[in-house]
Amino acid sequence: MDLRKDKKKDMLCTAVALAAMFIVLLVMELTMKSTSILFTVMKKGVIYALVAVSMNLLNGFTGLFSLGQAGFMLIGAYTYSILSMPVSVKMGESVYKYYDCAIGIELGIFPSLILAGVIAAVFAALIGLPVLRLKSDYLAIATLGFAEILRALFQWDAMGPVTNGANVLRQYKDLTKVKIPFTNIQFPPTLFCFLVSGICIAIIVLLINSSYGRAFKAIRDDEIAAEAMGINLFKHKEMSFVISSFFAGISGAMLAMFQYTVQAAQFKTAMTYEILLIVVIGGIGSVTGSCIASFLFIACNEWWLRFLDESSNNILGLNILRSGFRKVVFSIIIMIIVLFFSKGIMGDREFSWARIRAFFARFKKKAAASEGGEPNV
Amino acid sequence: MSDSVLRMEDVTMQFGGVVAVNNLSLEVNRGEIVALIGPNGAGKTTAFNCITGVYEPTNGQVFYEDKLIVANHPSGKMKKAYQGMNSEKYIHVKPIDPTPDQITKLGIARTFQNIRLWKSMTVFENVLTAKHMRARQNVFSATFRLNAAEEHRMHEETLALLEEQNLLQFKDDLATSLPYGLQRRLEIARALATEPKLLLLDEPAAGMNPQETEDLGQFIVQIKEKYDLTIFMIEHHMDLVMRFSDRIYVIDFGKLIAKGTPAEIQANPKVIEAYLGVADDE
Ligand SMILES: Nc1ncnc2c1ncn2[C@@H]1O[C@H](COP(=O)(O)OP(=O)(O)OP(=O)(O)O)[C@@H](O)[C@H]1O
Ligand SMILES: [Mg+2]
Repeated sequence: MDLRKDKKKDMLCTAVALAAMFIVLLVMELTMKSTSILFTVMKKGVIYALVAVSMNLLNGFTGLFSLGQAGFMLIGAYTYSILSMPVSVKMGESVYKYYDCAIGIELGIFPSLILAGVIAAVFAALIGLPVLRLKSDYLAIATLGFAEILRALFQWDAMGPVTNGANVLRQYKDLTKVKIPFTNIQFPPTLFCFLVSGICIAIIVLLINSSYGRAFKAIRDDEIAAEAMGINLFKHKEMSFVISSFFAGISGAMLAMFQYTVQAAQFKTAMTYEILLIVVIGGIGSVTGSCIASFLFIACNEWWLRFLDESSNNILGLNILRSGFRKVVFSIIIMIIVLFFSKGIMGDREFSWARIRAFFARFKKKAAASEGGEPNV
Repeated sequence: MSDSVLRMEDVTMQFGGVVAVNNLSLEVNRGEIVALIGPNGAGKTTAFNCITGVYEPTNGQVFYEDKLIVANHPSGKMKKAYQGMNSEKYIHVKPIDPTPDQITKLGIARTFQNIRLWKSMTVFENVLTAKHMRARQNVFSATFRLNAAEEHRMHEETLALLEEQNLLQFKDDLATSLPYGLQRRLEIARALATEPKLLLLDEPAAGMNPQETEDLGQFIVQIKEKYDLTIFMIEHHMDLVMRFSDRIYVIDFGKLIAKGTPAEIQANPKVIEAYLGVADDE
């Protein structure tokens, strides 16, 4: 009985915290300059948080070491851009300069976003058929290979009428084109990213805590036992792979919205490694860890460490600060994290109100004990 | 309906040059407790793995409730390398190689010799997860909690199973933090959660003291009655085997060397000989 009450209280706390976050965001967006670096970091951070959580669903919760994330983001980004681009732009001269665009339709932002996920999921379902029969390292290599093949395919001349070849796509519906429904007022872009990512992450969390999530964890912990208890390995792996790719696709689409232009060359293996790094730093098997690490990673990369790249910041006549130095410091920080927090920031735990309450309870006790004067050893 | 629950016919499992199970035929009938015994490395676990779809046997057939569930004959490279018997007998039977989950779905559940609990999960979750297979739900309904009634049923049944096994007080502990004997109990509970008709136990009493072994024997009889089970077990504790099983099969080097009631087996010179060879490690 008590447990259920606690659960209700926790849910209330979470709801209040989320509502507060969204209100603060809204107020910030209405009052602060929209070009502030803070917004850039938050937008990109939350987009990466989604793809990191989707990767964690595979690597952390199902135990499938897959490295195809950038490939599925690429599919999502392209699907979104191509579908949401106005027909007049496609048929005009400005984007598809060297090709006649073959896709003569234009969709709204939401249908394009959903389809970005769906197409990524369809590709994942096909790729999963051969690939998911492989184990650990082989699976990683195969998914990495497929992601690279996808990138090559999208850059291929013959695909030009669809993908515009290796050239950039632009003038599609980016973040500034999002309107508040039934009005012509612009939707606050950071809030939009938080809403879409938030809903997607919430769905993944619901999945992880469902009966299927338990089956995924069973496969991760012991495949042979999972199979012996009636869990169809292939079906569940494929399911996890497809769902993960669906959300990677959506995250790719949002990245395209955020960037204003999109090009296949961007979705290299290095991007997958960045996401993997976020997952590892946050903690393999922790959704909150992935979210926290994603913001930290993007903030360091885009903001906090930027001063290291400016040679004008050098003092003492030592010329160590120069373009690229940021990456050196960044690598060192990552090495320190991996060495000293080998399980990442959160390990495989999640943020929980119970732990916070316990922390404050301990804190109170300590304070009370020190007031009493008697150190109890 | 006949009484045969499990029937193995000429099952041979050959790994490279090692014939781990050699032309094994046996039968387990409804409501029986049947034991499979033999010295270390005799091929007992391998026989279980051939039934449960972990291995594809090289030759032979397995029937469950008179339905053919596993079938194979030597083919490809194995055609030349095959060292067993009856290589031609099943050539006209279409090979059937089910995955372990398909076998479990039919109603055959098992435990493992080297305990295989899900280590990141609690005692409760270990049993609950085994209920996944039979739950009426799909990934959509489960994610969006449209299966609340089904989920509730799974929770209640899991609690009932844990209660029955005296594991309820440990329900929120990590499965691997339990003492060894209780982990074995939990594995049985987890297997029962898949709602089997035939339960395969691989050395359920391994590592238990005489008192615990006796308790386990009583417990096996008890769940057999309660869930209307048939039990096929591998066991090294002779007192358990002799006291609780209806019939015994003895294998050595993969081959069946004796079968019969406990009394017959105890008097069988072949069995004594097979066991004397390894008697000093008991
Ligand atoms: N996957 C495998 N590959 C090769 N050889 C195997 C394999 N599995 C089992 N064997 C061999 O088959 C033989 C029988 O092994 P098995 O595990 O079935 O014995 P067991 O009767 O269960 O013994 P124990 O009492 O020690 O559990 C052994 O010689 C073993 O080395
Ligand atoms: Mg064995």
